[in-house]
Amino acid sequence: MPNALGLERQDYRAAKSTLCPGCGHDSISNQIISAVYDLSLPMTKVLKFSGIGCSSKTPAYFLRGSHGFNSVHGRMPSVATGATLANAGLYAIGVSGDGDTGSIGFGQFKHLIRRNVPMVYLVENNGVYGLTKGQFSATADEGAKLKYYGKNELPPIDLCLEAIISGCTFVARSFSGDAKQVQTLIKAALSHRGTAVIDIISPCVTFNNSPDSTKSYDYGKAHEVPLHQIDFMPNGFVPEREEITVDSDYELIEVQMHDGSYIRLQQIDKDHDPRNRAAAMAVLEKAQREELFLTGLIYYEEPRPTLAETLDLVDQPLSALSDAQLRPSEDALKNLMAKYS
Amino acid sequence: MSAVNYQPDTRTQSAYQGEPVVNDFALMVATKNGSGSQTSNEVLIRSLFRMGIPVSGKNLFPSNIKGLPTWYTIRASKDSYIARRATTEVAVAMNQDTAAEDIDNLPEGGVCIIPEEWKWGQSRQDIVYYEIPVKATLGLSDIPSDFRDRIANMVYVGACAYLFNMPLDIVRKALLDTFNGKEKPANMNFEVIQNAYDWSKENLVKQDPFRFEPLDLTEGKILITGNEAGALGAIFGGLTVASWYPITPSTSVIDAVLDHKHLRKDPETGKDTVAVVQAEDELAAIGMIIGAGWAGARAMTATSGPGISLMAEFTGLAYFAEIPCVIWDITRMGPSTGLPTRTSQGDLLFIHFLGHGDTRQVALLPGNVAECFEFGWLAFDMADHFQTPVFVMSDLDLGMNIWMSEPFAYPGTPINRGKLLADKEKFEAFLAEHGEWYRFRDYDNDAVPYRTIPGIDHLRAAYFTRGTGHNDMATYSERGEDWVQNLTRISNKIDSSRAILPQPVIDYDPQNEIGIISFGSNDPAVQEGRDRLAAAGIGTNSLRVRALPLAASVKDFIFKHKRVYVVENNHDGQLAQLIRLETAEDTTHMISLPLGDTLPMTAKWVFESVTQWENK
Repeated sequence: MPNALGLERQDYRAAKSTLCPGCGHDSISNQIISAVYDLSLPMTKVLKFSGIGCSSKTPAYFLRGSHGFNSVHGRMPSVATGATLANAGLYAIGVSGDGDTGSIGFGQFKHLIRRNVPMVYLVENNGVYGLTKGQFSATADEGAKLKYYGKNELPPIDLCLEAIISGCTFVARSFSGDAKQVQTLIKAALSHRGTAVIDIISPCVTFNNSPDSTKSYDYGKAHEVPLHQIDFMPNGFVPEREEITVDSDYELIEVQMHDGSYIRLQQIDKDHDPRNRAAAMAVLEKAQREELFLTGLIYYEEPRPTLAETLDLVDQPLSALSDAQLRPSEDALKNLMAKYS
Repeated sequence: MSAVNYQPDTRTQSAYQGEPVVNDFALMVATKNGSGSQTSNEVLIRSLFRMGIPVSGKNLFPSNIKGLPTWYTIRASKDSYIARRATTEVAVAMNQDTAAEDIDNLPEGGVCIIPEEWKWGQSRQDIVYYEIPVKATLGLSDIPSDFRDRIANMVYVGACAYLFNMPLDIVRKALLDTFNGKEKPANMNFEVIQNAYDWSKENLVKQDPFRFEPLDLTEGKILITGNEAGALGAIFGGLTVASWYPITPSTSVIDAVLDHKHLRKDPETGKDTVAVVQAEDELAAIGMIIGAGWAGARAMTATSGPGISLMAEFTGLAYFAEIPCVIWDITRMGPSTGLPTRTSQGDLLFIHFLGHGDTRQVALLPGNVAECFEFGWLAFDMADHFQTPVFVMSDLDLGMNIWMSEPFAYPGTPINRGKLLADKEKFEAFLAEHGEWYRFRDYDNDAVPYRTIPGIDHLRAAYFTRGTGHNDMATYSERGEDWVQNLTRISNKIDSSRAILPQPVIDYDPQNEIGIISFGSNDPAVQEGRDRLAAAGIGTNSLRVRALPLAASVKDFIFKHKRVYVVENNHDGQLAQLIRLETAEDTTHMISLPLGDTLPMTAKWVFESVTQWENK
């Protein structure tokens, strides 16, 4: 069925994936395709970024009509920062992995958030390095076991917690096996005017999918505990808001985003209010302590100004300035030279 | 501004009997770092400049905030020589820790100006001492204690003004220039200068031959640092995204961008068209400008050797993925942390070959502040034209010291965005003509492909940028022939730049058998050295390289001479190495003369190095 732009869903696809059959990352690519297609976003207004690793290959597999940049290991955030300054009028989707974000790119990840570069930052998190054949990553759980490298003795880095600490205003965790939730979160993240981090547990079927691995399909399916049922209502979509009554067992939270869209959360864990920063960090710590696989929108707040806003840049893309805007006049140079004489 | 018509109202009372030395001597001020002497030294330079006397200054400073010794040399030259002088006739010894050495270094007949309260004594009989009561002079003015130490330096400005004949009204104007026209600090400082001048006039008897007299050789000229000049060039070249990580000696490039980006403010909204981001490190700085360049910005960073090291991987990607960006390398001594505040040309080979695999980066090599400005804008044009990173390699001497120059010429060519299909109309016109568009296909047989940028409203305008192997359709490829085809085209593209990048500046007379090749900030020393060589009967020609890859004329020049000297300021003779690498013919008549002693080159060194060989 064509969307509002007259495009079919298949028009949003790109090259055929070369990842292992069954890879969690492919299902995330599919949800990106679905989200952008559903929202009828023009692909020419979307930028795709990635670093290096299995996850970082995926931007070649979705949105053929979008410019994409598969950059260097861990440094996609800086490339995305520069590109979104050059043209602040576009949507940006970055795909990274747990090695790319949690190790080599940890600093760039945090500074991207600190600057509030407007982009959807997806971490396809499988706790393992795939392309180099199965080393632990920094998000691997303590005690996790791998075939060749044995037992992981170090505590994991929780990327959601790190994102919140760094000042991220949209932080979510999901599971690639939970397609609907992934897609809804991506849609909501695309409406966020700031860095939106979604840490998606995405099993590596080749190196880290044994049922006892906390990053496996079996584990995820058996243990995923959504904090809420999440719905996203894009701007222009008229929801049947008035008719919804607040159930005594389930709190209903609605968040209006700056573009007029809504996120609606029907709380399952009614103790969790994603608008409370301390609560968000507490729930993540609890999850770590009690080995819970909690998913959903962990934290949300009204975004700070984006980097382009902080820098007070013109509304027009910097990439589209006229020659007259790029070069001051001959008189301007003469006046300047007089000051140095 | 000169003061040709100036008539001194008082004549210095002089006990000196010999010939005066007028407008042709150098002065050295020794102070402690962080003591504020930069301001007083700038006042001296600007005063001479306003007197119409060609002047140059070299700041020899430590990597330190406060306390370590720092020296500033000021050279006045009626012959317009602006290279550093190895020895100075005058020493203003304001640092007790180095005074003994500073006095030792004076030539016979030299002058030492030293605080009276030190009771230093006169260890040398062959120089002139002037002891100045610094504290007492300072005590005459009501100066807030916070400023006391800094303003103390104005005492030697007043003493020098009297001793060497610098009119006080001109010194006052120079002071105002230094304080950007702010009367209040200028007045506070001037009072001290006046008091020191008055004390000197009453108490000192001139016993040395050195004096300044007004000339008319700076009329219409400007004084500026290379880093400011480069930043201005960037502003006039359409810079839109700058990202950097602070590092000596490059920091003032971006400082100057911040100072002048208002020139590019949108007149209606007052908003900026230049984004400046202080990155978390050089890895991020280069990443940001590559992302920005890819998306259509004119993007630059400024750094020095250690930063360049961190940028190696990203610039290799940009070379291979054909992304324009501009990288200023204000070089300092390396390897490693090296000497952060000392000048060097040691990054030449490093930047040219930066990136793993087969890379040859384009580099522009400015030799003076006017070229810093010119290459500041031209670098963006070249980066866009060749779709590749362009390095601009300046150095600490050119970048941080103040230089005289003709006012900068307005860019002589319009902004060149290269083969950029910037919008839907251009893209559709291309499709109409070619029936297709592939990012890395060589449509014009000149090895330069056409590029699109994000935001073009056409579904076929997108392509996937990657550092992995790709074919001319920008799709992933591990096929050997795709790899070879791609790299061959890129290599041809870089070779084609030899004829388009700034060509060498050549001074050639067929009668001369000796040639001197150099680049960058060595030029004043080389030209002055050539004059000295000519006076000694050794006629020379010169060629100054201004870009890498090397222009064809470099090779021609080498084979037109019986002997060629390659003069440069690094340890290993990197330009000579590069020339040899590119020259299959016998170059045994080419002699590498590398300096690399942490300081700006002197004419004396050029003269002595060449004559030593010629006399063999």
